[in-house]
Amino acid sequence: MATANLQRQSARRQERQLPDQTAAPIISVRNVVNRFGSQVVHDGVDLDVYAGEVLGIVGGSGSGKSVLLRTMLGLHRPNSGEVLIEGKDIMRMSASEMLAVKRRYGVTFQHGALFSSLTVAQNIQLPIHEYYEASEATLASLAELRLGMVGLPVEAGAKIPSQLSGGMVKRAALARALALDPALLFLDEPTAGLDPISAAEFDELVLYLKRSLNLTVVMITHDLDTLLATCDRVAVLVDRKIVVDTLDGIMSNPHPWIQQYFHGPRARAAQGQKG
Amino acid sequence: MLRPRWRPAGPVQPLQCRNLIAGAYNETAQVLLESEQTGDALTLRLSGGWRIDNIERIEATLAGFSAAGQRRLIVDCQGVEALDLSGAWLLHQRLQEVRAAGGTVEFVGDAPAHFKFIDEVSEREATQPVPAQESSTLRDAVAWVGRRSIQQAVQARDAVGFFGRIATTLSHSARSARHLRVPSVARHIYETGIQAIPIVSLIAFLISVIVAYLGAQQLQQFGAEIYTVDLVAIAVLREMGVLLTAIIVAGRSGSAFAAEIGVMRLNDEIDALQSMGVDYFEVLVLPRLIGLIIALPLLTIIADAMGLAGGALLSSLLLDINLSQFIPRVQAALAPTTFWAGMIKAPVFAMLIAMVGTYRGMQVRDSSRELGRLTTVAVVQSIFLVIFADAIFAVVFVQLDF
Repeated sequence: MATANLQRQSARRQERQLPDQTAAPIISVRNVVNRFGSQVVHDGVDLDVYAGEVLGIVGGSGSGKSVLLRTMLGLHRPNSGEVLIEGKDIMRMSASEMLAVKRRYGVTFQHGALFSSLTVAQNIQLPIHEYYEASEATLASLAELRLGMVGLPVEAGAKIPSQLSGGMVKRAALARALALDPALLFLDEPTAGLDPISAAEFDELVLYLKRSLNLTVVMITHDLDTLLATCDRVAVLVDRKIVVDTLDGIMSNPHPWIQQYFHGPRARAAQGQKG
Repeated sequence: MLRPRWRPAGPVQPLQCRNLIAGAYNETAQVLLESEQTGDALTLRLSGGWRIDNIERIEATLAGFSAAGQRRLIVDCQGVEALDLSGAWLLHQRLQEVRAAGGTVEFVGDAPAHFKFIDEVSEREATQPVPAQESSTLRDAVAWVGRRSIQQAVQARDAVGFFGRIATTLSHSARSARHLRVPSVARHIYETGIQAIPIVSLIAFLISVIVAYLGAQQLQQFGAEIYTVDLVAIAVLREMGVLLTAIIVAGRSGSAFAAEIGVMRLNDEIDALQSMGVDYFEVLVLPRLIGLIIALPLLTIIADAMGLAGGALLSSLLLDINLSQFIPRVQAALAPTTFWAGMIKAPVFAMLIAMVGTYRGMQVRDSSRELGRLTTVAVVQSIFLVIFADAIFAVVFVQLDF
């Protein structure tokens, strides 16, 4: 496993390239403040996501990773600050503009959030069916493609979510997120609760899809292996602020929490070769 | 728009759609496919937007061209403005059909980048043919009957097991106060009883007004309007008070029991309790049962009182029977057992409602649709059982001359 990891990471490192930061970011989070009662979760958070990159968001429990993701998705209205998608503030978008944006991104939630009363294939077809007129045969065919993309057998399409294993739920959720051919993927803890082999497969899958389809991926993860294997840049939420850097840059950041995160015993084990 | 607003960081793929998110949608982009026969080859010239937002037109276009009998197909994708995976997939599938029919497919220039991806996906996926199931209507019918019979038998056994388990848990818990979960029982008395007082009172009042009004109208024809008081008193105390209260409680609390326990099942909370060695019957079922057995008779008393008040009000307004005549008349009309004939039913109804509600809640598995279905079943069944039990009581009381 360690050797496999090492190979995986070194292979990955060679091709890892930084996004073209001279281009305009596709998502910019500007000075966002989120407060729940007297508890301040974010105090002036700035984050840029560039096209074609995989951005990892890490942070301790309760540091507001999911809130940040929900803010970017427009599901949560921040107390102040703005979220710009290609230069437009999502809080000021009209309903139809917001809808056009929503068609261009796919989201997976922490626990899959598959609709429990629909089969997996119906889950995938739902967004397509909702927006576009397509015949049953085409819908079935498109669902089959999505299942193939995430590495699920065609038979899995006929199952209902409660019949799936944890790893299959994550894959099915990704298949649903890919339903509308998104340009942008948001993944909330995609590998949490998976065994290391499935998690590594999932990392491969995300990379594969990103490479082949030129997707932009924003993922929240606690999994250091995933972070090392997939992410081009890392955003760390600490002390209600955010630190964004390349993987190597963030590892040498002197902040004590970041040091502990990347150089604690578990981190050393995950990094293997760095020891 | 002279300059693209962003540039992809990776190698530029010629057929990737240009704008990423905002403004990417040009709803009127046409899907075009021109075909031209040259010698033995059919050339397809694709142009326009081959994307999922055009899925309907893509479908129609692909269905529209006929490649029957063509040996050689030349596909020219260079004029395509936008192609995404869905568009590529549908095109790919159509071309596969041509290949399967013995034709060859060539591309002018490179094949679209997505085709490589689709081929990789299909390669990774080991295609196992699904064994086709033989179907025969007779065999299906027999299998269906058999399956349903077994399901019914299993359900009946489960129901008996459930009620048996309530009895054993009850006898076990009755030994000590700690096992009776008094705070939990109190909470359920509050939720099913005290919070239901306003609606139960209002409905009992209104129903007795209706009964009194109808009765007065009919009895006035014989000049026997004083018997309206008898009618209201007996109807409310024997039947109406308890029956209406039970039906309201079945709707309010029976559904709540089923839904609460059902959601706990979906969240694995019941498995969590069991893994801690906590008897979930003792914690979840018994407090609801005991709470309702205490609350429903008390609610019935309130409903009876409100019903009599409604009768008194209507009698004084409509029939000029004031309170000083009404009360002696009620006392004369009622046998000593009338009140108890109503009250004795209340705990029985409470047991039926609580058991059906908790039992259906426990049956929830897997999905939110199950939850909705079983909550509905809980309410319908408990109302049915309450009315059915009431009918049995009526027959038994007549036989006993109670």
